[in-house]
Amino acid sequence: MVSGDKHVELDRLCIHYGDRQVLGGVTLFAPRNGILGVIGPAGSGKTSMLACVNRTLELTPGARHTGTVRLDGVDVHALDASNLRRRVAMVLPLPVGLPMSVYDNVAFAPRMAGIRSREELDVRVERCLTQAALWDEVKDRLDMLGTRLSGGQQQRLTLARALSTDPEVLCLDEFSIAIDPVTTMRIEAVLVELKARMTIILVTNLLQQARRIADVTAFLLRGELVEVGETAALFAGAADPRTRDYLEGRFG
Amino acid sequence: MESAAPSLPLEPLEARHRRESVVQLGLAAATALAALPALAIVFYIAYKGSPALTLHFLTEMPTAGMTQGGILPAIVGTLWLVGVSLLFSVPVGVLAGMYLSEYAGNSRLARLVDMAIVNLAGVPSIVHALFGLGAFVLFLDFGTSILSGGLTLGVMTLPVIITSTKAALQSVPHNFRVACWNLGATRWQTIWHVVLPNALPGILTGVILQVSRAAGETAPVLFTGAAFYLPILPTSVWNQTMALSMHVYALVTQVPKVSEATKYATALVLLIVVLCFNSVAIVLRTYLRRNRRW
Repeated sequence: MVSGDKHVELDRLCIHYGDRQVLGGVTLFAPRNGILGVIGPAGSGKTSMLACVNRTLELTPGARHTGTVRLDGVDVHALDASNLRRRVAMVLPLPVGLPMSVYDNVAFAPRMAGIRSREELDVRVERCLTQAALWDEVKDRLDMLGTRLSGGQQQRLTLARALSTDPEVLCLDEFSIAIDPVTTMRIEAVLVELKARMTIILVTNLLQQARRIADVTAFLLRGELVEVGETAALFAGAADPRTRDYLEGRFG
Repeated sequence: MESAAPSLPLEPLEARHRRESVVQLGLAAATALAALPALAIVFYIAYKGSPALTLHFLTEMPTAGMTQGGILPAIVGTLWLVGVSLLFSVPVGVLAGMYLSEYAGNSRLARLVDMAIVNLAGVPSIVHALFGLGAFVLFLDFGTSILSGGLTLGVMTLPVIITSTKAALQSVPHNFRVACWNLGATRWQTIWHVVLPNALPGILTGVILQVSRAAGETAPVLFTGAAFYLPILPTSVWNQTMALSMHVYALVTQVPKVSEATKYATALVLLIVVLCFNSVAIVLRTYLRRNRRW
């Protein structure tokens, strides 16, 4: 039903916190240079699924998983965690400006990866802030604390920071939850541009957001993958009645 | 027509205001009760001691069996002891606090260690003194020396430094760490570049309050490093030395025919040394908080 090169692939992925199962055997892939939208009510395991892709799940005490996540066909657990997280960037629901300047926020990850040259960092910071549609607003005050920006600006700063390692996969977890609709639309436009260069996994509570920009949409319900398909086809007529109910707002 | 919901039974405004004032007055009284004795002590010592507090008193050796002359070796000795204790307790305490906050997790063992450290902070200083005597003076054979005394003070201050370091690190929001991990920063990079800089004011405050405690305690140096009467300046950590706290004790209880003013002046100098350390703490904290980042 969905074609494309499997860039990120989940194979029978189960996630447990202690005895509680939050994801029960999900098999799914994100097509290269596409946007995979993941929708579903709260508590469907969407966030945990993303955390498993960049292996931040293992930093949560009590969390464990079975099954495999593959990046370009390679099990992510065979990779170095830091290198993996540079290749798979993550934007979380609430913007987090690190307590340092706007410039340092964006230069942080490249510096941690060993880039020291000021010119190289300058170029990278400008490029990432431009990509995140924030450059024009902050170019004259790069020394300002990142935490002093407005909420919407901080979320774009978070996006710029996520782009700073030249990731090949960008995961966004309900990025628009704390920002205004105008900023949301700007970031959506940015994402559509970015997918030429990377694969995007967009977890969202906004059905219309998935409809607007996702190429493929997956519907998760209580840890189970109910249905996945081309976005237009899925919204036009889902095969599973639970998907239809959710899309038409009859529950969730 | 339904009748309107009954309004809340409000008590008379006057009674409410009266109760507010009584509560406020009670709290203020408790604060005054806490502050007044402290102020009284400071002013009384300053009043009694200031006549004897001269430049000579601060810069000369004691003479005539400590009844004349100055207290220079005690001042210098206290600085030596505090210095040695810091060299030991700050690195060990801060690193241990870091481990407990960032790496140890929440296992049963970690909680046990944590509880042990908190309880260790409540051990009386005379017990630390006996430990120091056994461990440093006798077992490690450092003798009665600045090294033994400083290490004993260090051991005494260690638990609070560990606990305050841990608390300062934990007060840095967790989502900063998560953001760094998501960017591929390692645990240590995250701690060094983001968590530690933001915890520094809290860590320093804890450290410096312990410095003033180390400077003021008598018991830990009593058997381990402080000399009763030694009118020379120490030249190495293997020397014995006089110490201010010990000197106050000696003048007040052991030496006949010392003028009142001398005793009070010595206590006043000890007080000033401690207050100096504390004001350094306050200035540092204010400076670091001004750059507060979130």
